Amino acid sequence: MQQLTEIRWHARAGQGAVTAAKVVAETALAADQYLQAMPEYGPERMGAPIKAFTRISTTPIEIHCNIENPHIVIVLDDSLLDVVDVAEGLTDDGVIIINTCTPPEQVRAALNVPESVRVACVDASGIALDTIKRDIPNTPMVGALIKVAGVVDMKVFKSLLAKNLSKKFGQEMIDANWASVDRAYEEVTVA
Amino acid sequence: MAEQKLVATTGNALVAEAFRQIRPDVVAAYPITPQSSIVEDIAKHVASGRVHTNYVTTESEHSAMSACIGASAAGARVATATCGPGLAMMWEMLYIASGMRLPIVMANTNRALSAPINIHCDHSDVMGARDSSWITLFAETAQEAYDNTIMAVRIAEHPDVLLPVMSCLDGFITTHAVDRACMLDDETVAEFVGEYVPVNALLDTENPSSHGNFSGLGGLYFEFKAQQRAAMARASSVVAEVGERFAAISGRSFGMVEGWGMEDAETAIVVIGSSAGNVRHVARQLRAKGQKVGVLKIRCFRPFPVEEIRSALRGLKAIAVLDRSDSFGAEGGPLYLEIRSALYDLQERPPVVNYVYGLGGADVKLDLIERVYSDLSGIAVDAVEPAPLTYLGIR
Amino acid sequence: MKWDISRAGEWKAKDFPIACVIPTVGNSDDYDVGGWRSERPVREDDVCTQCLLCWIFCPDSSVVLDGEKVVAFDYEHCKGCGICAKECPTNPKFGRKAIEMISEGCELPGVK
Repeated sequence: MQQLTEIRWHARAGQGAVTAAKVVAETALAADQYLQAMPEYGPERMGAPIKAFTRISTTPIEIHCNIENPHIVIVLDDSLLDVVDVAEGLTDDGVIIINTCTPPEQVRAALNVPESVRVACVDASGIALDTIKRDIPNTPMVGALIKVAGVVDMKVFKSLLAKNLSKKFGQEMIDANWASVDRAYEEVTVA
Repeated sequence: MAEQKLVATTGNALVAEAFRQIRPDVVAAYPITPQSSIVEDIAKHVASGRVHTNYVTTESEHSAMSACIGASAAGARVATATCGPGLAMMWEMLYIASGMRLPIVMANTNRALSAPINIHCDHSDVMGARDSSWITLFAETAQEAYDNTIMAVRIAEHPDVLLPVMSCLDGFITTHAVDRACMLDDETVAEFVGEYVPVNALLDTENPSSHGNFSGLGGLYFEFKAQQRAAMARASSVVAEVGERFAAISGRSFGMVEGWGMEDAETAIVVIGSSAGNVRHVARQLRAKGQKVGVLKIRCFRPFPVEEIRSALRGLKAIAVLDRSDSFGAEGGPLYLEIRSALYDLQERPPVVNYVYGLGGADVKLDLIERVYSDLSGIAVDAVEPAPLTYLGIR
Repeated sequence: MKWDISRAGEWKAKDFPIACVIPTVGNSDDYDVGGWRSERPVREDDVCTQCLLCWIFCPDSSVVLDGEKVVAFDYEHCKGCGICAKECPTNPKFGRKAIEMISEGCELPGVK
């Protein structure tokens, strides 16, 4: 496994990208790895485009700056594709995972990324509405991430998810979130 | 060495945990971004009974520090937190806390000063308070912020010192990022900080004393300021001693300055706070290519470790000082001025150049640091005339 | 223990108590403020009803009692504010107050 994995999250404020960026980072602790997760804070208001960052590494992380050349880009809202250059700086062997109903071939054409970059699509909002009953696509997106890029251990992620949710919710909500992760893991398609 | 818990959490959460573990009698604070989650967490710890602290909500930072001063004079162990405009609003009271020799511990989550309004990191706030006789520690990481906060209590309360301590961490960069860190257990911290034995506590009714006395014209104001300077001078060895004691329980060393690659460096960057990591990262890459570069991180800004700095920078061919604040109208940023001054007595004075960077949270990109090392190499190797103050990465 | 400030004139900066704290109580007793007066209270013992109002109101604790009787003023600490004379009730038998403020004039007895 490579030493350092850098993930950049694109979302609209309120979709849970910051939380996801943090939980994904936290999973690294179980594997005794190093981690960093931070949001790019701006004027915070629901719906505004935001970025968040996750670093996971086998060696200590000493840099404190934004991620400009991510290995993985996760886009929680496909309407951002018109607004933000989500593929900016993505490494040539990178992967971009998008919450969308559009098939990956079509998204790839719109993105104009090199052949070596993988484009993965999953209808995380649809899955979230089915399972969690709310359009909070952050947890299913992690399911897609696990399938497409590894990086995160499914068991560790699910247990952290349960720990976080149990502060506010009951087992029913935990089960629904777990189901959303599993479904995204199964349904994500790559082109 | 004590057993430690590995955690993944934010700098602010760790500072709040440190505050819980040092068990202050009183915390008086006013929330301000990016400090808020520290005081919110303390309030939660108090509400859930995890710490028996009297948490005082105030209507401003001026009042927060005033309440801290009252509580500390009464004989309580006192902690608080603020940043940026909040620290600026405390300014009058900062001098009263230190002048009354009250060992208050405060976390400052470095934030820029308006205008234009900005909530992000720079060091303008703390540099504005640098002359207020507060011992000032800086953290690079969440881990250091946690460690510094615990050490701050021992330093402040040391009988040779009795000065307030500001423990600084970079706003958002360190406060809000999730990082990997180790936490000591509650008992170890409690034992390390010990029971607070106040000097001249107002609530010690067996030994009544009078505080806040007038010392005006013809009085002794001048003499009391000399006492503060002497206490700050004594703090140097106390900071080092507390650092050693902390290293013994945590395994993490603490130096007033921390060098990387300085043993045989030809050029070096002097830096404070989270950016030290970025600089070290670039220095590692340049070392791998055979360039003799070093990094000098200042962890204790007050008292200013002149001797350590002098011995680390002696003999270098070129030095760059990175300032995350400006002293408008001065020759350079505050750190630059002091570093240059520290080197003045050397027989051979190395060229020192100044970069103001990262104001208002501007991202400290690695290529900017590469540029600074490249400039240094130009001065050291190709005898390029050192440039005056540069705003690093400005459009 | 009483704080000895008798040689304070010779103290260096380091000798003063930390933070301008006065570390004991009662030391204002050592500080002679009699010179601040321009008028002093004088009392006629015959006229005095021993109501003790002067003793109650004196802000500088400068009315000296013996048991429950006013016997004198402490001129080292009396600043001559005149509150005692103001509060002193007129004795109907004599038609005047027992305490009267008189000018210090050029003589300043009791002042070092």
